[in-house]
Amino acid sequence: MRYIMSKAVLERYEALFEQMRGAVSARSSDAAVVVQVGSATCENAAGAPSVWREFERHIKASGRSDIVLHRVGCTGRCSREPIVGVLKPDEMPVKYEKVTRDAVHDIFTSHVVNGAPVTSLMLDASGHGAKYQLVLCAARHCGAAVDGDTEKTFREEIAAAGLDSDDVSVLAANGFGFCGMSPEESAVCVLVRPGNTVYFIRNRDDVRRVVREHLGSGTEVSALRCDAEFVSRRFFSLYGDVAFFNRQNRIALRNAGVIDPERLDEYVRYNGFRAVANALAENDPEAVIAAIEHSQLRGRGGGGYPTALKWASARKSAEKTRYIICNADEGDPGAFMDRSMLESDPFSVIEGMVLGGFATGASRGFFYVRAEYPLAIRRIEHALAQCREQGLLGDNILGSDFSMDLEVRLGAGAFVCGEETALIHSIEGERGQPRIRPPYPTENGLWGKPTVINNVETFANVPALLVYGSDWFRSIGSEKSGGTKVFALAGKVRHTGLIEAPMGMTLREVIYDIGGGVPGGKQLKAVQTGGPAGGMIPETLLDTPIDFDTLGALGSIMGSGGMIVLDEDDCMVDVAKFFMAFCQDESCGKCTPCREGTKRMLDILERIAAGNGEPADLDKLERLAALVQKTSLCGLGRAAPNPVLSTLRRFRDEYEAHVTEKTCPAHKCKALVRYEIITEKCVGCRMCARQCPVACIAGERKQPHEIDQSQCIKCGRCYEVCRFDAVARQ
Amino acid sequence: MNTVVKNTDNREEVRRKSMEALTPEIVAHIEACVQDAQPHSHLIGVLHKVQAHFGYLGADQLDAVAQLLQVPTAKVTGVATFYHFFRLEPRGKYVISVCLGTACYVKGAEQVAERLQEELGIQYGETTTDGLFSLEGTRCLGTCGLAPVVMVEDEVFGDMTADQVPALLEKFSKTED
Repeated sequence: MRYIMSKAVLERYEALFEQMRGAVSARSSDAAVVVQVGSATCENAAGAPSVWREFERHIKASGRSDIVLHRVGCTGRCSREPIVGVLKPDEMPVKYEKVTRDAVHDIFTSHVVNGAPVTSLMLDASGHGAKYQLVLCAARHCGAAVDGDTEKTFREEIAAAGLDSDDVSVLAANGFGFCGMSPEESAVCVLVRPGNTVYFIRNRDDVRRVVREHLGSGTEVSALRCDAEFVSRRFFSLYGDVAFFNRQNRIALRNAGVIDPERLDEYVRYNGFRAVANALAENDPEAVIAAIEHSQLRGRGGGGYPTALKWASARKSAEKTRYIICNADEGDPGAFMDRSMLESDPFSVIEGMVLGGFATGASRGFFYVRAEYPLAIRRIEHALAQCREQGLLGDNILGSDFSMDLEVRLGAGAFVCGEETALIHSIEGERGQPRIRPPYPTENGLWGKPTVINNVETFANVPALLVYGSDWFRSIGSEKSGGTKVFALAGKVRHTGLIEAPMGMTLREVIYDIGGGVPGGKQLKAVQTGGPAGGMIPETLLDTPIDFDTLGALGSIMGSGGMIVLDEDDCMVDVAKFFMAFCQDESCGKCTPCREGTKRMLDILERIAAGNGEPADLDKLERLAALVQKTSLCGLGRAAPNPVLSTLRRFRDEYEAHVTEKTCPAHKCKALVRYEIITEKCVGCRMCARQCPVACIAGERKQPHEIDQSQCIKCGRCYEVCRFDAVARQ
Repeated sequence: MNTVVKNTDNREEVRRKSMEALTPEIVAHIEACVQDAQPHSHLIGVLHKVQAHFGYLGADQLDAVAQLLQVPTAKVTGVATFYHFFRLEPRGKYVISVCLGTACYVKGAEQVAERLQEELGIQYGETTTDGLFSLEGTRCLGTCGLAPVVMVEDEVFGDMTADQVPALLEKFSKTED
């Protein structure tokens, strides 16, 4: 009986898979060109909708039916949006940056119609001149190499074959994720583009064959080829922007920027809901939990609690009514991972929640989403409706005896609702105030029932690790933490954006190799991780491998993934004050240490920034911080002092400069800055006087000017506009 | 605790008054929520709908929601005042939200906010006397790549500088002429 049911579930899934794959290829198989346009909130803000309309107009005017316009989510290149991708079979994918309506015309006429890519508009033109591109896998956990140095071996063989840089460009990637698929342990993965052929290379002979046969005469070496469809194959086939992406390893973001977030068929086509089908066919919830345990998946919301333990704990409960909640109340300022994931691929999260429901025995689940994310909400609702239509949600999923449905509940702008007990109160329609734990929600949660709450990213990882294997997932990552982490890279960094890196990568690699370093030749001062609950990591510790434990040991936290780069112009006291003001404002007021403690700490920080601090204030601040940390009721209060404590620990000299010398070394704290005109340098051009918003700069033309200090509001305008460096900032 | 009183002497009268304070769609939505096993859990969702329609939560609307959802007005007010997203005062035609996120802060959102306050002559949470603009500080909008960011209604303006403020305001006040 059970066997028959299993077979029926799998058959139903395979039928659905074929149907959806057919639908996808019917849309694109005849296409000579696919034009991809991003469509997440950032993309839209940067002007993607008008770019889309412009392409529509051009395609219509051209009368061509073989040009397909494809909507995708976010590729993570926030600072370069709108992003447009042009994909042609047998050609290297090309991504264009900051596309305007005028640029659409150039791209369309030159590239789409006439086949000549517009190099000046490309996101990354490096390697685009060559006929072939070789991407070598250099996963940190693997260590496989051909003759000690794969890249060198390839370059030698390429030269020996008489090929040059016009023929082949060679790039090193961080990791493809084909690990464990090779017939032999020590093989290296190599991707050849265009065409996206993946080879397993064992020795110099293999290198020679690939170079001579594939690169030299255009014949694929089928004996070395890997034909398995794997998580990153589609990813590498769609990104033209290799320099930014090749250091990443995308699992949670595997479909972001690849699929149309409003089409279930595109998700299913890439093995979407296969994990659900397999789990339902096997009908062994314990096995799902065991696989997750083996994968070492830890909660991506910040705490890093092992997901399997949480699920197993809910499963153990005597109470049979259980709930699953996806925490998408992304309140950390400077963090936008969840928004982007939900806008780019809501299906992965839904599938993760269904698997969570199956494993824990819950039949009802909730998305708790910030009301500030209207597009994400719309896309989730849309995805839920499509899943219900195909029998992937609702009664008897895929014909099995497991039923589950999900609904969306909105937050309303309260940071504390990211705390799980507060979140539960909010879903119940109450003020979002936390309560003391234990009991933990897995025993006593929503409406008193066992409840599992996981973050968006945690759920998005679950289907991938079940389909592609928990061994594989575990191998990517650090010793105690499997997989990757998504970061929202922002602040003073060249490539702001959404990135996903394996656990164990160093902060320096993330910021310099992926993020491109600090712009404007400025010096990096610190990296802020974990938002208002996190801390500042100074430049000297950038070589720390990132995972939950290492960042914790540095006095910061992984948090949900906000990573803000601060440079020499940022004052650590000011940043600590910023976070304290945030926590003070967001304190729910239930417990005294947090309500009063954050207020007093903010008072002291404001006093210091205003130049009225005393040396004793630093000790006071430290004592108070320790007290709030120890005695607050929930995570918000307990973590609120972290930015203060970590800046005091790492940048005490800056605090001391504020209280003893009354100066702000970064010239950020207005009360401690003074602008003056250097008489010898001033040529009297009147530039500063014209720009001064309070008209406090006096002086005749061609005569040195003077600032009336009593009127100066210290806006810094004069300092910025002077072309003769005649304004001094002290 | 969660029992819903379905019939009282003045039920019809209360319903009529509440319908006047709200719209038929919202009333229908609330009445559908009342059928749910946990009707009170829909309170925040209902308040979102009310605010989306009226632009703010007036005292009459809060009363009506309380009556129809059978929740004490004190609790409805408690919830409405707890969450930042809910406004209890009418707002201007265009709500200008300055993102107060970390990325915007380190990239100079303060200067933009100061310029907005200067040009409009209002502080955060206030509305201009002509009822055209309201100024608000908002929690991170999640578009950190475009920092600093200002949102007017639902339109996001990225890479803002203080100098772009007058032109931005003009763009919206002009459409009024």
